[in-house]
Amino acid sequence: MPKLRMRQAIAAAIADEMEADERVVLLGEDVGDAEGVFKTSEGLLGRFGSQRVKDTPIAEMGFLGVAVGVAAAGYRPIVEIMFGEFMGVALDQLSTQAAKMRYLSRGEFTSPMVVRMSVGPGLGFGAQHSQTLETWFANTPGLKVVEPCGAASAYGLLRAAIRDEDPVVFLEPRVLYGEREEVDLSKYHEYQIGKARTVVGGSDVTVVAVGQTVPIAVSAAAEASVSVEVIDLGSISPWDVDCVAESVERTRRLVVVEANPYSGGWGAQIVAEIGSLCHGKLVAPSHRITCPDVPVPYAFELEAMYAPTVRSVKEQLDQLVATGALPEPWWHTNNREQR
Amino acid sequence: MGAVTRQLERRAQLSEPIERHRRMLEIRHAEDVIKELFASGLIAGSTHTCQGQEAVSVGVASVIRPTDLVIATYRGHGHALALGVEPLSVIAEILGRQAGTTGGIGGSMHLSSREVGLMPTSAIIGAGIPIAAGVGWAAQLSGTDDVAVSLFGDGASNIGAFHEALNIASVWKLPVVFICENNLYGEYSRIDLTTAVEDIADRAAAYAMPGVIVDGQDISAVIESVTVAVGRARRGGGPTLIEMKTYRYAGHSRSDPATYRPAGELDAWLERDPIRLHAETLITSGSATREELDAMEAEVAASIEQAVEGAKQSPTAEISEMFAHVTAAGSR
Repeated sequence: MPKLRMRQAIAAAIADEMEADERVVLLGEDVGDAEGVFKTSEGLLGRFGSQRVKDTPIAEMGFLGVAVGVAAAGYRPIVEIMFGEFMGVALDQLSTQAAKMRYLSRGEFTSPMVVRMSVGPGLGFGAQHSQTLETWFANTPGLKVVEPCGAASAYGLLRAAIRDEDPVVFLEPRVLYGEREEVDLSKYHEYQIGKARTVVGGSDVTVVAVGQTVPIAVSAAAEASVSVEVIDLGSISPWDVDCVAESVERTRRLVVVEANPYSGGWGAQIVAEIGSLCHGKLVAPSHRITCPDVPVPYAFELEAMYAPTVRSVKEQLDQLVATGALPEPWWHTNNREQR
Repeated sequence: MGAVTRQLERRAQLSEPIERHRRMLEIRHAEDVIKELFASGLIAGSTHTCQGQEAVSVGVASVIRPTDLVIATYRGHGHALALGVEPLSVIAEILGRQAGTTGGIGGSMHLSSREVGLMPTSAIIGAGIPIAAGVGWAAQLSGTDDVAVSLFGDGASNIGAFHEALNIASVWKLPVVFICENNLYGEYSRIDLTTAVEDIADRAAAYAMPGVIVDGQDISAVIESVTVAVGRARRGGGPTLIEMKTYRYAGHSRSDPATYRPAGELDAWLERDPIRLHAETLITSGSATREELDAMEAEVAASIEQAVEGAKQSPTAEISEMFAHVTAAGSR
């Protein structure tokens, strides 16, 4: 089994789908000659040529619209948005055009496209290049939102996204691009949009994570004094209610770990829905471990505090199971001390 | 299968000048009726009619073929009718009825019919322009000689999507015809208050493509210019920007009385009404008499009344339509 970095697994998934289906094309800034600024399209230009691997101007609204058009006309574009925030100048084409194409044509025109983007804090890119932006996309009917947590899930989920008949937002945690993992390329079909995976089994508490919070949760589970089950959600929309509910019914405790701001985070939907479904079985308040409601700070020490850490997740899991009391976000305590 | 549908039959009719005349009359009468339906409270939201711009819709539809995809805007009733969609389907859609182009799901601003090449009309200014570039890229990739047609207003030439799309289309040499219907007003504002150039066609120079100014009230001029641009695109010569100088007789939408227009402006444009100009051409050339054209107009008016009655009889949109076509699997 090859050991791949996540960025290599992404390039491999694109290559394998381009090989399998000549309708698959790739476009974005610096995806051709430069092979992607994060090297996620290594080797693709040489292998598939400049008609199918297309360097674009720095014009996200323009080239995302081009993707919507080429998809409506029968192709399956993969669009690379270098940093998730660049979607801000192009959101119309995704949320208002692509996501409504099928609806407004009774299925006569569709948008089978993948919009890939690097996301998340942790590498010192500052306030405008470090958000995960997960919830920007999650409440638009017609869009699917998928986020891998390593090389294997990136390979499997990206192939599933490219084969999907609808527009899929594919969020790539930037901190994981260089991480290596053994990938069984033949098992890509085990990763499906809307299907979560239990990555660590446990009996005291269920932790739901996605993207870069999955490895954090897995490490925290290993260090915790209690028995932790970790679920990699894999996709935020649609999300796997059955998998999470089944787990929480057994563990009777739910914790969601998110690398996005507290208010309006995707975890709120999970806590609300599982809280209702599993009401009466829960023995502790459901809990969300998130980032504070602030932009991502630059300074190393501050950015390191910004997103959930292994240590803070471990401590909160231990406390929740031991006492049944809701842990307080660190920034509450911190603010009080400052006052 | 194999039977030519009513829509495609209507499209094919446009090869005859007299039928082009009939279609312009049909658009005019349909738009007038739609305005009345709004006034009588049968329709929610907004509607944007195109009286005065009929020669552009019919001229474009006369040149291109049904496999050339068109992406137009919320001011799209005329384009849909010109391309072949039947009046009953357009009016029923606006009334939110099952017989509408999308069963009442889209409404006035979202008409669509794959058969005649009409992509869902977009209600976001400029959004369709890069999409048209993508459609052109698909034709280039697949090696067909289909073209993409992007129809938009003068207001759209101020939004980023216009500039990004024209640049990409030029750099990639895409088979796209960008057609700006310059009706002098972007929503409620005169073009000179919002736009740095008087002629939108001047903007083509920035993207190294031909920019052509055309009398949009003269259907022959429309057809000629679109024929040249489409031919160029089909041969791999790249995109063209055509500016059709035209005029919107109504306000921006049904709630706009257009009081901002200078006195006499509308009257001056009515002197150059596209239907009137074409009638003169037909009569001068001996193709039709005044009496024949009057009779044709009466026929068209009656057929539109019939379409309205048919649309009103169509049941209201089905609940299942609300959940269908959200994703491939239907609604989640």
